[in-house]
Amino acid sequence: MTTSLDPTLSETNFADLATDDRVDGSLYTDPDMFEAELERIFYRTWVWVAHESEIPEAGSFKMATIGRQPVIVNRDRKGNFNVLLNRCRHRGASVCEVPKGKANGFTCPYHSWSYALDGRLRGIPYPDGYDEDLDKKDLPLQSLRVESYAGMIFASFNPDIEPLDEFLGDAKVWIDLFMKQGAGYPIKTQGEHCFRFRGNWKIQLENTTDGYHFPIVHRSWMSSVDAETADMLSFMTDDNAVTHALGNGHSVAIMVPEHVDLDHDDGTEKIQARFDHIVEELSKTMPADQVRRIVRSMHGAGFNLNIFPNVAMSMSFFRVLRPIAVDETEIRHIALGMDGGPEIVNRERLRIHEHFQGPFGFGSPDDSEAWDRVQRGSRGAPGMPIMVNRGLNREALDSDGHRTSHVTDETGMREAYAMWKRMMTDEH
Amino acid sequence: MSTDLLTIALSDTRVLQAIELVWHEAALLDAKDYQTWDALWTDEGRYVIPIDPDTDDFDGSLNMVNDDTRMRRMRIERLTSGYSMSALAAARTVRTVSRFTVEDRTEDSITLKSAQILVGFKRDDQQTLAADVTHRIRDTEAGPRLDLKVIRLVNSQAAVNASGYLL
Ligand code: FES
Ligand SMILES: [Fe+2]
Repeated sequence: MTTSLDPTLSETNFADLATDDRVDGSLYTDPDMFEAELERIFYRTWVWVAHESEIPEAGSFKMATIGRQPVIVNRDRKGNFNVLLNRCRHRGASVCEVPKGKANGFTCPYHSWSYALDGRLRGIPYPDGYDEDLDKKDLPLQSLRVESYAGMIFASFNPDIEPLDEFLGDAKVWIDLFMKQGAGYPIKTQGEHCFRFRGNWKIQLENTTDGYHFPIVHRSWMSSVDAETADMLSFMTDDNAVTHALGNGHSVAIMVPEHVDLDHDDGTEKIQARFDHIVEELSKTMPADQVRRIVRSMHGAGFNLNIFPNVAMSMSFFRVLRPIAVDETEIRHIALGMDGGPEIVNRERLRIHEHFQGPFGFGSPDDSEAWDRVQRGSRGAPGMPIMVNRGLNREALDSDGHRTSHVTDETGMREAYAMWKRMMTDEH
Repeated sequence: MSTDLLTIALSDTRVLQAIELVWHEAALLDAKDYQTWDALWTDEGRYVIPIDPDTDDFDGSLNMVNDDTRMRRMRIERLTSGYSMSALAAARTVRTVSRFTVEDRTEDSITLKSAQILVGFKRDDQQTLAADVTHRIRDTEAGPRLDLKVIRLVNSQAAVNASGYLL
C-alpha cells in the first residue's frame, strides 16, 4: 500500500473534508483515511455478518470478515449466535478455513488447541509445558458483541456499543417490510455472487439508494426485460418514488411504491405474463389469492434499504460490501428465496437474480464499470468535491420527521456522509 | 483408462472435428464476434458458468450464467447494442483451450473436457482466468454444433470480477 504523499494530510481532521452536500475527492483516495475508517467505523459500529438462514442448525458456521479481521459466525447448541475472532490464542493461526459448514468446535491445526462453539478453550495438548497457573478460562477465542434483528445478524468489536435495536432505529420498519417478500414463508439465502471493483467502499455505499443512475447505467438490462418489468421501474418520473433519510447513516429509496408493503394489494396490478407458467403450477394446489401474493413478491421488495456501513437490502437480495483497500472493495449479492416455499418460485428467483447480478449479469458489470470510473476520475484533483447535493431544493420532512426527496435525489448519500462525519470526528 | 480414451480419440475424425469446433469457438470469442458464435449452437444449447464447482443441477442452484437460447441471444444483444458501458470497455482477451479428454461419446454426440486459460487486458490491468471446460458437441444436419458448454472457473466461489466479455 502507498502512503500519502502530502505529509499534512494525515494531520487533517478527516471530518472537515465532508460538508452537508459535498465531500472531498480524497475520501476515495487517501490511504490514511482508509485506515482511520477501519478503526473508527468498521471496528466501532455494528457490521452485518450473516443471515440466520446461512447458519441454520446448532453447530452451523460461516466465515466472515469485519474490516480486515477474519471472524467465524456460528450457532451453538443453545441456539445462540457467536461471532469469534478467527485467530488462535496460541500463536495466531486461523482456526477455520472452511467457508461454511457444521462443527462441534474449532481445533487449531498448528498445535491443536481446541475451542468450543462459544470460543471457550477446551484443550491444550501436553499441558505440562505450561505453568500451573495457566488457566484455560483466560484464553478463549475473542468474542464479539452479537445481536440480530429479523434474522439479520450483526457483530461489533466495540464492547460499549449501543444496542442493535437503537442503531437500526427507524430502519427496522423497513427491514420488516423487506422480509414480507417471503409471502408468509421465512426468507432464506440461496447462493451468492462475489466480485471486486477497483474503487473505494463509499462509492458502492452511495450507489444503493442512487436512483439517478438506473436508466442510464442499466439501459441494456432494461431493454432485455419485458415491458411490464421495465414499467414497474418507471420511477424516474413517479412522484411517489421517494428517498428517506432514516438516521444513523441508513436510508431507503422507493422504486416501486406499490410494492413497499407486499401484504397490501389493491387488486389493480396485472400479474406479469412472464410468470404465467408459475401461476398455472401453483394454482394446482393453492388458492388464487395466495398465488397472487407469491407472484407479486417475485422481484422482492419495491425498495432499496441501505444499512450503514456494509449491508443493503435490495429488491430480492442482500448486497454486502467489504473494504479491502482504499481503492478496492468486495461486493457480494446474496440471492433470497422463500424457506419452504414452492421450488418453482425459488428457481425463478434464482433466474431473476442471475439476470441482473454477478460478474456476468446484465446489471452488475455496468455498475462495476461506473464505480471503477469514479475511482479513476477522482485521482484527478482529489481536493475537488464530489457533489451529493441533488434534490436539496426539494427535500422536505415527511410525517415521521425523515428528510425526504425524490428517488433520483441524493438524500441517502447525504445521510450516509452525515454518519461518516460523526464517526470520523475525533470526539467520537 | 483415460489415456486409452485419449489415444483412441486423437485418431478419430469425429473427435478432431469436435476439437476444431472448440478452437474455432475460442477464436470467435476472443474476436468478440458474438453473432457468428451464436450460429454454432443447437436450438436446445445450454451455456453455463456455475458457482458451485461440483454441481450438475444448474437450474436448482445459483450460477454466473445459465443461458438457454433466449437468454444467450439477449446476452449477445446486450454486448453488441452499444448500451452497456462494461461491454464497450471490455478487456481484450487471448485464450488457450487445450488438455482435451473425451468424456463421453454417443451415436450423435461427443463430450470433451479441456483446460482454458484466458488472459484479459483492460486499462492498466492484466487478468488471468483459468477454468475446466466441458463441451458437448452434437452432430446435426448442418454439421457439429455446441449443445452444452460448462465453464468451471477455478475461483468460481471466490471473487470473480465483472468482465464485459464472454468465456
Ligand atoms: S497456533 Fe494455534 S495451536 Fe499453536
Ligand atoms: Fe446500479
